[in-house]
Amino acid sequence: MIEGKRIVAEETGGFAIYPMEQFIVRPLLGGDTVGLFTITNVTLWMALTVLAVSAVLVFGSRGRALVPTRSQSIAEVLYSFIYKMVEDVAGHDGVKYFPYIMTLFMFILFSNLLGLIPWAFTTTSHIAVTAVLALAVFISVTVLGFVLHGASFLRLFWISSAPLALRPVLALIEIISYFVRPLSHSIRLAGNMMAGHAVVKVFAGFAGALGIFGILPIVAVTAVYGLELLVSVIQAYVFTILTCVYLRDALHPHH
Amino acid sequence: MTGDIVQMGAYIGAGLACMGMGGAAIGVGNVAGNFLSGALRNPSAAPGQTAMLFIGIAFAEALGIFSFLVALLLMFAV
Repeated sequence: MIEGKRIVAEETGGFAIYPMEQFIVRPLLGGDTVGLFTITNVTLWMALTVLAVSAVLVFGSRGRALVPTRSQSIAEVLYSFIYKMVEDVAGHDGVKYFPYIMTLFMFILFSNLLGLIPWAFTTTSHIAVTAVLALAVFISVTVLGFVLHGASFLRLFWISSAPLALRPVLALIEIISYFVRPLSHSIRLAGNMMAGHAVVKVFAGFAGALGIFGILPIVAVTAVYGLELLVSVIQAYVFTILTCVYLRDALHPHH
Repeated sequence: MTGDIVQMGAYIGAGLACMGMGGAAIGVGNVAGNFLSGALRNPSAAPGQTAMLFIGIAFAEALGIFSFLVALLLMFAV
């Protein structure tokens, strides 16, 4: 998305900050062109994300002790947190789709958090990645609604509790908001990740530019980093809970 | 200074699109503030509604993100 374009945020005597440089997709094994099957830094960090998720869950659930160890309770907390969320938001018949939602949450959470390591690449900061995740949710939820309810799934847009004269207008608004879902769903995650990591980079650049007074931006970047940890977890949570909301609409289209 | 007037207009437009951030800030603050005032009146009901809080914040934030999208389109697509 931002490949090949450098944005100079601040220039002080030949010192330049490139906050967007960290989002450039580069081939990992030399060469300049990125083809369909080129191994890039995105490939590497996605593989590391999958490895990290597998490690946490596999090692956590290996012992199966009655009194959980530290690694087991991490896996248990993550599992029961998502399970409770699916049950609360999507309803009891939404629990069938829990594995997919758990996979989404773990992938996004670990991708966001691994991106906070210095020199790491945040895969979820690219709209190409989040758009695939959001479109997968959108298409599967729409197909699920039509499979479960047939044509009466369209009653989702025909709000029967509203006055009759108002219903066509509401139907139009509902249809527009339905098709905007994958857009806002994907851009929310990518935008938050990209903006947050660029802010950390800009503050870090100030520290290099200010010399002895660089201690102030270093204090600031510590605080921003803490905020980014919070935002990473919250955005993974928000993406997952919106998936549950869309799933609830597909399971129970009659308001 | 290089570049043409179209690029200048695109950059000014991208800057103007940042005003949408203020709208999103008002919306998110409204949701969170109303949640807090409701939670202080009835603290026992608050934990059950945190999911609704985050859904509300996410929807309020989505409109601000559309202004970010407009800025991105002006910077990189126009």
